[in-house]
Amino acid sequence: MSLTVIISGNMMQFMLLFSRQGKLRLQKWYAAYTEKQKKKTVRELVTLVLSRKPKMCSFLEWKDLKVVYKRYASLYFCCAIESDDNELLTLEVIHRYVELLDKYFGSVCELDIIFNFEKAYFMLDEFLLGGEVQETSKKNVLKAIAAQDLLQEHVRMHV
Amino acid sequence: MPAVKGDGMRGLAVFISDIRNCKSKEAEIKRINKELANIRSKFKGDKTLDGYQKKKYVCKLLFIFLLGHDIDFGHMEAVNLLSSNKYTEKQIGYLFISVMISANNDLMKLVIQSIKNDLGSRNPIHVTLALQCVANIGSREMAEALGTEIPKLLVSGDTIDAVKQSAALTLLRLLRKSPEYIQIGEWASRVIHLLNDQHMGVVTSAASLIETLVKKSPEEYKGCVSLAVSRLSRIVTSSYTDLQDYTYYFVPAPWLSVKLLRLLQNYPPPEDPAVRTRLTECLETILNKAQEPPKSKKVQHSNAKNAVLFEAINLIIHMDSDPNLLVRACNQLGQFLQHRETNLRYLALESMCLLATSEFSHEAVKKHQETVIGALKTERDVSVRQRAVDLLYAMCDRTNAEEIVGEMLEYLETADYSIREEMVLKVAILAEKYAVDYTWYVDVILNLIRISGDYVSEEVWYRVIQIVINRDDVQGYAAKTVFEALQAPACHENMVKVGGYILGEFGNLIAGDPRSSPSVQFHLLHSKYHLCGPATRGLLLSTYIKFINLFPEIKQEIQNILKSDNQIRNADVELQQRSIEYLQLSTVATSDVLATVLEEMPPFPERESSILAKLKKKKPNQVTENKEPKEHKLPQAQINSNADHPPAITAQAVSSPSSTGSADLLGLGSPTTTTAPASTDGGSAGLLVDVFDLVNSSSGGTSNGFDASGLTPGADENYKKFICKNNGVLFENDLLQIGVKSEFRQNLARLAIFYGNKTQFQFAGFSANLTLPGDLSSNLTTEAKPVGSLVESGAQVQQMFNVECVTPDFSEAAIFNIQFLYSGAQQKISLKFPLTLNKFIEPAEMDSPTFFQRWKALGQPNQESQTIFKAQYPMDGEQAKAKLLGFCLSVCEGIDPNPENFVSAGILHTRNEQVGVLVRLEPSKQAQMYRLTIRASKDPVAKILCDLLSSQF
Repeated sequence: MSLTVIISGNMMQFMLLFSRQGKLRLQKWYAAYTEKQKKKTVRELVTLVLSRKPKMCSFLEWKDLKVVYKRYASLYFCCAIESDDNELLTLEVIHRYVELLDKYFGSVCELDIIFNFEKAYFMLDEFLLGGEVQETSKKNVLKAIAAQDLLQEHVRMHV
Repeated sequence: MPAVKGDGMRGLAVFISDIRNCKSKEAEIKRINKELANIRSKFKGDKTLDGYQKKKYVCKLLFIFLLGHDIDFGHMEAVNLLSSNKYTEKQIGYLFISVMISANNDLMKLVIQSIKNDLGSRNPIHVTLALQCVANIGSREMAEALGTEIPKLLVSGDTIDAVKQSAALTLLRLLRKSPEYIQIGEWASRVIHLLNDQHMGVVTSAASLIETLVKKSPEEYKGCVSLAVSRLSRIVTSSYTDLQDYTYYFVPAPWLSVKLLRLLQNYPPPEDPAVRTRLTECLETILNKAQEPPKSKKVQHSNAKNAVLFEAINLIIHMDSDPNLLVRACNQLGQFLQHRETNLRYLALESMCLLATSEFSHEAVKKHQETVIGALKTERDVSVRQRAVDLLYAMCDRTNAEEIVGEMLEYLETADYSIREEMVLKVAILAEKYAVDYTWYVDVILNLIRISGDYVSEEVWYRVIQIVINRDDVQGYAAKTVFEALQAPACHENMVKVGGYILGEFGNLIAGDPRSSPSVQFHLLHSKYHLCGPATRGLLLSTYIKFINLFPEIKQEIQNILKSDNQIRNADVELQQRSIEYLQLSTVATSDVLATVLEEMPPFPERESSILAKLKKKKPNQVTENKEPKEHKLPQAQINSNADHPPAITAQAVSSPSSTGSADLLGLGSPTTTTAPASTDGGSAGLLVDVFDLVNSSSGGTSNGFDASGLTPGADENYKKFICKNNGVLFENDLLQIGVKSEFRQNLARLAIFYGNKTQFQFAGFSANLTLPGDLSSNLTTEAKPVGSLVESGAQVQQMFNVECVTPDFSEAAIFNIQFLYSGAQQKISLKFPLTLNKFIEPAEMDSPTFFQRWKALGQPNQESQTIFKAQYPMDGEQAKAKLLGFCLSVCEGIDPNPENFVSAGILHTRNEQVGVLVRLEPSKQAQMYRLTIRASKDPVAKILCDLLSSQF
């Protein structure tokens, strides 16, 4: 047994994107969950969030975590944070991510995320890392993604 | 099919389209299995695949996995992609690895090797990719392999900003996972100084890292406080154009602000006054901005702004030192309570819960009680209502307990099932904690069972029984109330349990009334028997045997029931055994034996409510041990020692069950079953003898063996110290410290006595009580609140004493006896209770003519007392004035022409009358003497006050 103290932080625990039909479109886990736990969590949360009525509070207590969710068109964005973390700012984490996707894809829709799921993950890694906000400047994140795309073009030209 | 961005993989897009076009789950699975077979054959085939193909297939596998299907191959191909020199292939490889590889996978060594290579790359984009992978997986092996490398990367001058940002958060991830492998040591100061970095993105990442480092070793990173404050200050005072892209909807750097505010919550308020002032200014600015009109109507603007505001309020609550900020925070939250945004109402209720626990803002929070009760009734979202319940619980104190508990009970009738159990616990705790009158407590708990019986856990109904057994003043009421409750046609099984237990113990207290005669009680309980489960039936059988002892007249009837086949042949072994044994017991045993076996349950040891323990378990981070808020009114229930009680007021409700063997079970009805503090009579005599003893001693003048000469050394001096002051230490030795805080209002006094255990061991059998020698019992009424019998090592417990002054002529002190067991040895301390006649004076201001007019009016010889005495203390005008004020007198200026002399006035309040008091104190520095003259409208007040006051100069 290791005697080291696990230091808990206030990081985001996970982020889920799912459609109104309950189809999972993106999942990002920042805390350790087994595959079984992940599936159970997704099932529970999708049901819970889809059953909420409009105008209800965007925050839910769930187990010992807090779930912050928001709906954009046909997609629900849902983040789990620790109970003493900042709920309002988590709503804006979601919004900033939507803005980033929107800027990159140009009026993002659910299909963009389905067909370019890897891009959605790359974008998320530039914005959030290890469950913490890494870069809040829209310009800087998009610059980093553009640099990646440029590298692709560049590589292709030289093949 | 929408456009595929960047370097698209056509085959992947086609596959995704196919899946989407599947009409059924079966068709989808079929399509996927076909694809998996295809990929497997490609990977196994002889033909070597090029990088693009590998990337495409790996990406398809990833897609299939994310759809929720298991993938058990392809990992090796993904690892191969990591060493590709094409960025996009590498990137997909890393994505697959991040999502699919568990920390203990065999391939981890290869992955770590690739990561090491990429961390050494000159291309920062490759470095970032490798860092992101480490942050996503964050395994112990990675910490071990990279724990020294990543810190270097973070502080190196050659690292570009974007890499620094990733390095900071990657390091944070490893630190959370395996701190033992992370060596930052020498770079601590450089890490702290990242808070000063030019690049806001670097500061944002670094702030998260530093917060975690601070949690690990607060001393080492203490330097971050002043840097964080100055950074915060620059942000909150900047205009929204200054920070360019780091301004979010007109709010400057909300993410960084929140991180800095959180970081500061790891430390007490800054010690350096300059830093502290600057921080206070920041917090004030944030509160001020909340009042400014919004710069945008967008919800993003208000969310970001309020995110910072709430975090600032969290910091204010954390520091808990600035009443001004706390009250402002409370007012701000009060505005949000009525906001049209549900989210804000939710958060305001949540934050207010914390404010309610601060002594500075508890009162301010209470102003919003009505709004919160309104929220409980009108909010449409159960999660908001839950917050309202939490807040009501947090803001509850003695002044509003009845109302809040009433509202919560009312709400419970319609409350959502999801929150009922917790509400029941909360109501039960509040009712117990703030009960002034235990009949109210009993009513509340029985209401809980009536309204929400299914949610009343064992802890709750056990507790009400414990309390009823320990408090003899409520037993009769409890018996009557449960009897009434059981008459309801449908009553909850928990009610039957409580009813059965209480009637079994105390049914005799109501048996005199023909409406609740023994037979009626028995039939009422037995009518519920068949509706209950086995556990309750077992309990009822025990009640029946208790009834046999309490009420011999229904013995036959009960025996018939026990004899019935239904009982002695019951299929349930437990019930069968009980029936047979109880039947035998009632047949074989003599009534003496029966009485001994079935005597009333002894009191339970005082202990923390198990309900509270349960709530803590349920919500570990939410149950703050409410600091007992100051009490605001005097409890009504005061015991008048003049009347029917002996003058020794036991502070201890717990009696020692030493009277085993005596036939006192039937003597329960006697209201005077509190134990005598100095009972040494052994077991046989029983309680009544003790009480008799006390009555004797009160008339005889010796109070339980504590006569004046029996005082603990120092008692008299310490008592005199309290003549002119209300708070302080009354007694201290190696074991125990006794502190006093007292408050007075007219003829009422309230003293909080604090017992501090200074030792390594607990004190057992702790008790404290007052005895009133001589006529004192006709001068004062005293009431001592119960105090627990255990005082843990290092703990401090509080006991409240309420005293009323009845007549204005007492000069003696009440004797204050404290007893406890320390390491098996009985300790006895006997002190003078720090309460003197002058405490009931209220100062009166007077002008010169009035004073002299009254002075002359009190010219009778028995109205004046004068003494001339030598100064015991250095003669100082200011100190003399302070002492007079402490004596509860006014100091009237400009009455005596000699400015050295003092003139004072006051009114002494008692229950029966008021006595005017006038004082002249004339110091003579030359002679080192004082002349003190006191006139009072009633004899012998002047004399008593003169003696008291002269001892202070």
